Amino acid sequence: MRDVSIIGIGQTVVGEHWDKSLRELGYYALASAMKDAKLERIDALYVGNAHSGALSNQENVGAMIADFAGLRGVEALKIEAAGASAAAAMRMGYIAVAGGLCDFVACVGVEKMTDQQPSTQEMALAMAGDGDYEAMQGLTTVSLNALLMRRYMHEHGYGKGDFAHFAVNAHANAVNNPFAMYRMNISPKQFAEAKPLSDPISMFDSSPVADGAACVILAPSALAKEFTDRPVRVRASAVATDTIGLHDRRDLLALDAAAWSAQKAYASAGIGPDDIDLFELHDGFTIMSALSLEAAGFAARGRGVGLALDGEIRLGGRIPITTMGGMKARGNPAGASGLYQIVEAALQLRGEAGANQVANARLAMTQNIGGSGATVITSILEGETWK
Amino acid sequence: MEVARFWRTNKQRYQLVGEECPHCQAKIFPPRDVCPSCEKEAKVPYVFSGKGEVFSFSTLHQAPAGFERYAPYTVALVKLSEGPMVTAQLTDVDAGDVKIGMPVEMVTRVLREDGERGMLVYGYKFRPSN
Repeated sequence: MRDVSIIGIGQTVVGEHWDKSLRELGYYALASAMKDAKLERIDALYVGNAHSGALSNQENVGAMIADFAGLRGVEALKIEAAGASAAAAMRMGYIAVAGGLCDFVACVGVEKMTDQQPSTQEMALAMAGDGDYEAMQGLTTVSLNALLMRRYMHEHGYGKGDFAHFAVNAHANAVNNPFAMYRMNISPKQFAEAKPLSDPISMFDSSPVADGAACVILAPSALAKEFTDRPVRVRASAVATDTIGLHDRRDLLALDAAAWSAQKAYASAGIGPDDIDLFELHDGFTIMSALSLEAAGFAARGRGVGLALDGEIRLGGRIPITTMGGMKARGNPAGASGLYQIVEAALQLRGEAGANQVANARLAMTQNIGGSGATVITSILEGETWK
Repeated sequence: MEVARFWRTNKQRYQLVGEECPHCQAKIFPPRDVCPSCEKEAKVPYVFSGKGEVFSFSTLHQAPAGFERYAPYTVALVKLSEGPMVTAQLTDVDAGDVKIGMPVEMVTRVLREDGERGMLVYGYKFRPSN
């Protein structure tokens, strides 16, 4: 196995891009990352995307983006793992470069969601769960997360308002991110008064549907310095899965796959949670943030919300999360979000996070979740400039 | 129109037919052919009683395509008395009266429709029981 580094990053602004198509968004992120790496050719392109079939009437997206980007002939594949599609594309790139099959690989996450009505979006998102036994009963992604949140509040004694800090922190961090969808602060009072979607989940517990694309270029670490003076090394890449339906979980409030993939990543990097300087977690819903913090070893069972209440998730806290706004405020273009996480972690490790820079950041972890915890992909990244 | 897809799961939706593991006697719903407890093959049909209690619940306002005319409706994780958990809608109850731990029983109701001239899909929902 070869060491792998990120030599280029690119992203589009997250938002409602009515004037841009799936292929344009994907191409912009790809071109921007290739320019960042000063690279003119790649050996392979892996495109993470969750909903092009259901929301854009388009499959075969790997070939489509390669074609549009003028890369005719290149190896190009779409990788799908619901909301974890982008991290899955990164995982494929990692395997290809680490295994010596390719030298320069572009991993793109792209999603185009706003062409469709909300009921169609809900139907597409629900495909991440159990089609025959969840979606068939009228369950949505929001309501599955609401079932988790209600049970969590019941077992651990939290009130709905206690979850506000995840959203308040995400919005505060998005203010300084020029690529974020919602660059404004929200208050705990606004959180409390937000429109209910599926109680106890309201609008500010939930990340917004959006369009966007993000990209990283991977290369063997031995070649990285030829392209950038700030390579970011991939110290670990790990995937784990759990039951597709929530009803089949061993323990509803334990995200087993998140714990397993984090443990695999820690073991592979030879480190533990105390060594991580920032954590870009999967904050599709506030409850997912709490459960992720617990599964990844940053909080004991039932203490994930407590960590937020204590202010430890903010910049300067014990474990800063969603440092550029997270899915909540940067926006959540589903199959692209995992690469936004990785691009943002890379910005932190390159010392380019501006006003949101985590001081002396050396090790960052990202965790991207598909479905309500069915596919979980963890990456640990290390900035090489600080060594 | 996905007639075969709905027909295939009729026994599950109409009668809660799951499986019993012949090796460790675990009761399984939905059926999955490999026992989640002992990981051996489990294909012996088992009819559940339809009795259980609410483990968690939520009332949703934004319904997916096919369910719009029913919103808002209340969904739940129901822990069946034989052990497994099932995801379903609650019916014959006001959203505000639902509590975790509330005893419920299975009934058969319309789940969804495929457009104005399309097929009606029936299946299980759960209502309060004594």
